[in-house]
Amino acid sequence: MLELKNISFSVKSEDGKTKDIIRNLNLTVKDRTFTVITGPNGSGKTTLAKLIAGIEKPTGGKILLDGQDITDMDITDRAKAGIGFAFQAPVRFKGITVYDLLRIASGKKITPSAACEYLSEVGLCARDYISREANASLSGGEIKRIEIATVLARQSRLSVFDEPEAGIDLWSFQNLIRVFRSMREKINDSSMIIISHQERILEIADEIAVLADGTIEKYGKKEDIFPTLIGTEAAQETCTRLR
Amino acid sequence: MALNDIQKKILAEVADLHKVPMGAYNFRINGATESRNTTANIDIRSKADGSGIDIHIMPGTKNESVHIPVVLSKSGLKETVYNDFYVGEGADVTIVAGCGIDNCGNQDSQHDGIHRFFVERGAKVRYVEKHYGSGDGSGKRILNPVTEVYMDEDSHMEMEMAQIKGVDSTVRSTIAEMKKGSSLIVRERLMTHGVQNAVSTYKVSLLEEGATADVVSRSVARDSSTQKFDACIAGFAPCKGHTECDSIIMDNGTILAVPSLEARHVDAALVHEAAIGKIAGEQLIKLMTLGLTEHEAEEEIINGFLA
Repeated sequence: MLELKNISFSVKSEDGKTKDIIRNLNLTVKDRTFTVITGPNGSGKTTLAKLIAGIEKPTGGKILLDGQDITDMDITDRAKAGIGFAFQAPVRFKGITVYDLLRIASGKKITPSAACEYLSEVGLCARDYISREANASLSGGEIKRIEIATVLARQSRLSVFDEPEAGIDLWSFQNLIRVFRSMREKINDSSMIIISHQERILEIADEIAVLADGTIEKYGKKEDIFPTLIGTEAAQETCTRLR
Repeated sequence: MALNDIQKKILAEVADLHKVPMGAYNFRINGATESRNTTANIDIRSKADGSGIDIHIMPGTKNESVHIPVVLSKSGLKETVYNDFYVGEGADVTIVAGCGIDNCGNQDSQHDGIHRFFVERGAKVRYVEKHYGSGDGSGKRILNPVTEVYMDEDSHMEMEMAQIKGVDSTVRSTIAEMKKGSSLIVRERLMTHGVQNAVSTYKVSLLEEGATADVVSRSVARDSSTQKFDACIAGFAPCKGHTECDSIIMDNGTILAVPSLEARHVDAALVHEAAIGKIAGEQLIKLMTLGLTEHEAEEEIINGFLA
């Protein structure tokens, strides 16, 4: 269980003024749930994801994972404590292969067949990808799915996906939805947070939190929240021809 | 051949050798040939004036290898060695060279190896060269390799050259002259640390129609080390040439990249690329979210980059 208690995050702008990005935010993510955090652009979604992963430090409040205070833990320690994070814009590396990333993610030497498992989960054929460098030669959709595979390989207690649909083509988006549906089915004792304002991803959610102006505006079961979002910026439709 | 532990370690580093290799070899240890083997197809002879060796590979020799590692484990030893390789028509061989210096003393140790390759028509050569230094003496470990490649029609050569650790000063100079339809691929890997200095110069001349060259260098400069990469590809005929220098700069390192092209024919297609940058913060963050410490992440990034 992840608890965000009274979290605040502010930055100093160039003119020296303090700008609040997250304001007194409270949220509890229970085990075995698939939670989608949505909200309009600029509402603080990505910042919130980074605060959970430890990439940003809150200026106020506490973060608890299974009751343990992880507020002051750095990125590495949070990863070790069981938090996984998939970047909105996956990082590319010259020379580091897809296999290397999966090996690092799983924290041990893994066999190519184990690596293959993670890649097939995200719909990639291991034979084509395992020895490829995770560099600029991969398309947006490919690197995005590899990013998700590295998070799967960590087998984290809590995985955070920051806008997994951003920057990919519509064809890859269809596959991505399948990947998330499958992950939802295999959630077991872990939990997942997806930052997204795509209707198709909101549909998979157990719980939906709506972020507005740096704080949680609405939170509850999908059945209750989803109907209130249709037609707003928090729930964007994909092209109807792809449905 | 009796080797001490330091010599064995160096052989493992520079030639991946843990025992005496199959095929032809010439081990040069502390300034003299320690051991040699020739085969029916590969002959190795000392030059009459004692300045080095001549390696003759018979035409048509297939799937054979030549190892010519050099080990310097005495402080203060300085040598210049000339090795000439004659690769016969249609041969297909692997040549593994490499030099390791262990210097625990206070005098400089230096090995300047001049390798010349005469690659005949249709021959294929894979050349692997690793340089390595160890020892904690104040004497410097200096390596100044000169490589000259003369490629006949339709010959092919791949060169992997790596210097990852422990060499205080190096000036590498490589030239290639290439005839019709010949191709050359160079992959250089270089890491400098401490106050080391490395200079690597290439001059590749694509003399005749259809010659191609691809020279790629990846390097990492750590601490206060300095590097200079100076590669020129010259095209004298319809040909293709590409050179690329990609470097990671760290700490107080200095890197100078001077790629250049010289076109002397309207159909010479020549390209160069150069990039120098530090390790991106987001790369470190990504690997830290996978459970690595910042230091471990840095090592993974460098190892991958130089792999």
